[in-house]
Amino acid sequence: MAEYTIKVRRFQPESGEGPYWEEFGVELEPSLSVLDALLQTKDREDGSLAVRCSCRAAICGSCGMKINGQSGLGCKTQIGEAQERADKVASAAGEPVAATPIVIEPMGNMPVVKDLVTDMESTHWTKIRRVTPWLLPHGEPPEREYIVEPESMIDITQSMACIQCGACVSSCLSMEADPDFIGPAALAKAYRFVGDPRDAETVERLHDLAEDPHGIYDCTHCFSCVDACPKDVAPMDQIMRLRRRAGEEGIEDPNSGHDHEIAFVKIIEKKGTLDESLLLQESFAPGLKGKLKPSKRAIKEMLGSIPTAIRGIRTGKMRSLSKLIPGIHHKLPDGAQDEVKAIYRHAEEHNEEFNLYIKGDEGELAEIEAEEAANG
Amino acid sequence: MPSHDVLVIGAGLAGQRAALAAAEEGVSVGIVSKVHPVRSHSNAAQGGINAALNPGDSWESHAFDTIKGSDYLGDQDAIEIMTREAPEEILHLEHLGVTFHRNEEGKLGTRAFGGASAARTYYVADITGQAIMHVLYEQLMKYSEQVARYEEWFSTALAIDEDGECCGVVTRNVADGSMELFQAKSVILACGGNGQVWKPTTNALICTGDGIAMAYRVGAKLMDMEMIQYHPTTLAGKGFLITEGARGEGAHLLNANGERFMEKYAPNKMELASRDVVSRAEQTEIDEGRGFPDGTVALDITVVPKKRVHEALREIVLVGRDFAGVDITREPIHIKPGNHYTMGGVKTDVDGRTDIPGLYSAGETACVSVHGGNRLGANSLLDTLIFGRRSGADAAARAKRIEGSRPSRQVLEQEDAMIAEINSREKGSGRRVSEIKLELGQTMDAKVAVFRDEAGIAEALETVRRLKEEAKSAYIDDHGSVFNQDLLGAIELGYMLDNAECTCVAALERRESRGAQYRTDFPERNDDEWLKHIDLEQTDDGPEISYSEVTITQWEPEARTY
Repeated sequence: MAEYTIKVRRFQPESGEGPYWEEFGVELEPSLSVLDALLQTKDREDGSLAVRCSCRAAICGSCGMKINGQSGLGCKTQIGEAQERADKVASAAGEPVAATPIVIEPMGNMPVVKDLVTDMESTHWTKIRRVTPWLLPHGEPPEREYIVEPESMIDITQSMACIQCGACVSSCLSMEADPDFIGPAALAKAYRFVGDPRDAETVERLHDLAEDPHGIYDCTHCFSCVDACPKDVAPMDQIMRLRRRAGEEGIEDPNSGHDHEIAFVKIIEKKGTLDESLLLQESFAPGLKGKLKPSKRAIKEMLGSIPTAIRGIRTGKMRSLSKLIPGIHHKLPDGAQDEVKAIYRHAEEHNEEFNLYIKGDEGELAEIEAEEAANG
Repeated sequence: MPSHDVLVIGAGLAGQRAALAAAEEGVSVGIVSKVHPVRSHSNAAQGGINAALNPGDSWESHAFDTIKGSDYLGDQDAIEIMTREAPEEILHLEHLGVTFHRNEEGKLGTRAFGGASAARTYYVADITGQAIMHVLYEQLMKYSEQVARYEEWFSTALAIDEDGECCGVVTRNVADGSMELFQAKSVILACGGNGQVWKPTTNALICTGDGIAMAYRVGAKLMDMEMIQYHPTTLAGKGFLITEGARGEGAHLLNANGERFMEKYAPNKMELASRDVVSRAEQTEIDEGRGFPDGTVALDITVVPKKRVHEALREIVLVGRDFAGVDITREPIHIKPGNHYTMGGVKTDVDGRTDIPGLYSAGETACVSVHGGNRLGANSLLDTLIFGRRSGADAAARAKRIEGSRPSRQVLEQEDAMIAEINSREKGSGRRVSEIKLELGQTMDAKVAVFRDEAGIAEALETVRRLKEEAKSAYIDDHGSVFNQDLLGAIELGYMLDNAECTCVAALERRESRGAQYRTDFPERNDDEWLKHIDLEQTDDGPEISYSEVTITQWEPEARTY
């Protein structure tokens, strides 16, 4: 048994008062959870403390909250670990570490109803419904099951593992800037259908999500949702999969992200290192045609990037002026370029997505491979 | 007054399936749940769902396994229906979008489960319940015009009209505390089981036997309430579930001496004997001193290939890591039998009809009975879906047939008064609700668990009756309207105590050992006297006992060995 202090951001809507902080002392094993601490407080001290909870085992998704500023599930965060983090935060801020309270707040990006209870309906669930969250197969179903690649089901099981707790939504920085952003949970849900071979409206879904200004290109790759997700759904990865699929469908990305990525890959394949002067042009209008007749967007972007290039030269980041001229960038000497190409070939032959959901962490992956090799 | 043809209380698998089935019949449907539907406890079903869908398998084989598993207390007509309709239901779910595991040919793949003579368990990793429930909720969102959802509405009482028919429900909107009387031509109780009566339990905090108690209070019969399943593999202390799928994948049970003790108890099926058999074996090892000092035995999953563990038992990897600090791919995890499932419940026929016209029940709340004395793993999801669908369809048919009556406001006034009375109790005037719950849970786990005897059960019953008195003056801290969970907790305590009393009375009455009811003072099954259901009906003096026949179609009771 150990003693902890939890500091809870409370809001009692019927009191007429604004939110306030309240500290409670709790006594429990370090391996028990922050939710256990809250339940002990409710049971012993103050039954009016409101917190949604049910399963206590990270499966129902009720107890999303912020603990020391980090979004997650109360039931899945051990109180001992929460204390360590609180101490770390305090020491980083130069505050005394002794008896730092564990700070518990309602989830972000959602209105608060009471104490730790937020209004998920007007935010989270409205966004979920935005992505047409049900399967849209065409025609009559087959007599038996749909025959699909086994891997495709495993692939979307990662997004099916989402328990709709809202922790990713709470942590989403893009949504803080743009409350209309469809957001990590709803887009992960969308991938569950886009990746499902039984769904017949994949292309329509991709167009819908790509063309919405608050859609898949509104994500800034900040990884907050990946950190927050208690079920390893990695919502950002699902968003990136949606972008890739949109690119494959030839859907124009307002940021040219997909073409930009392809341009990177192609230039390095050809030259071994990155010819930055070619990058913009290749991103907007790839190939010979682009060189002879650059698109309007390419010209606009290239002109727009001139100040950046000038700053680069001034600060010494760009050392060779010749590098500004498209195409002059040299290839790697001798056989080095062949080695780069060999890497590309290897990557293409082993074109398998590294899905943490299936394989566990990297160390485990190696062990699994060894095990399989041993078993023949 | 909100009004629907069919009103479903509870939005887990049984409730959602019932609502969708009723909506398909074209009637107006409402679904009321005290938590958001996806928070329902069906989530926790990990391992899978049984169906004889493979060409080599047969519904008869599935039925026989279920009947044998039930220790012949299951009604064979109901079991036949469930097992015959199972394959169709699996395919229906697959067509709706459930991401069932595929074999190499891309067809539905299966895993082995306890008490089954074939690998007939269909699954989605070890999140099968969650995966199915989220897909049903997708369908509820899709059909939002046909099915009105009342999410976070807490039901307190059923309304019965002058003819004794059920015609509505009183519920409280958790968000603002307003009380509402709903009118309905048919009401379906699908509120889950009563696991919270025991502590620890694998069940969620919401599993407080609400539906069972509400039905009992308006005179519906309860059946087989003594039959409470203890799951063989739960974490000590918190009671978290480790899926039977782990044993299905080949994990071993070991005592503290490292012996694979199931050899002694079930030499043929070993770890995959029925749950009651495995739980008793573990408890015997523990009681006879061959367990670990923390009162457990070990589940060794390290014998399962790592890749398979990550693919098929992922949730268990997380549970081990987050809640026990154990990497199950590297070391055995300590487990013990723990409260898990309510086989008994509201007595229904095969269409979910209770003794009260207009009142239906399905899923864990109901007792059809397909599980009898012991439920087989991966049959609970099947039960919820088959009988949820059948209840929904029959409730809709009734709604089309009858005029319906308007519930009297009297029941609403009674419920308002009940809440006002709880609010009026002064702080310190009695015990805290949480104290009473704790004493109840510990008492039941000590006296009405894997092994039972007359003295222990009688003692538990006495405690329950004292707690019932104490609950009348138990006070709460929160007197507000918005999200007052304190008040709901006090009402739930009442539900739990009614459930506990019924279980004790039935367990005391059944003087034999069958399925989950093992009486050390009557260690044999006694078909001559006890091959029958124990039914309970509420009276002023507590539950009144009567008996009903077990339906036997083609499988005569035999000795049960694994």
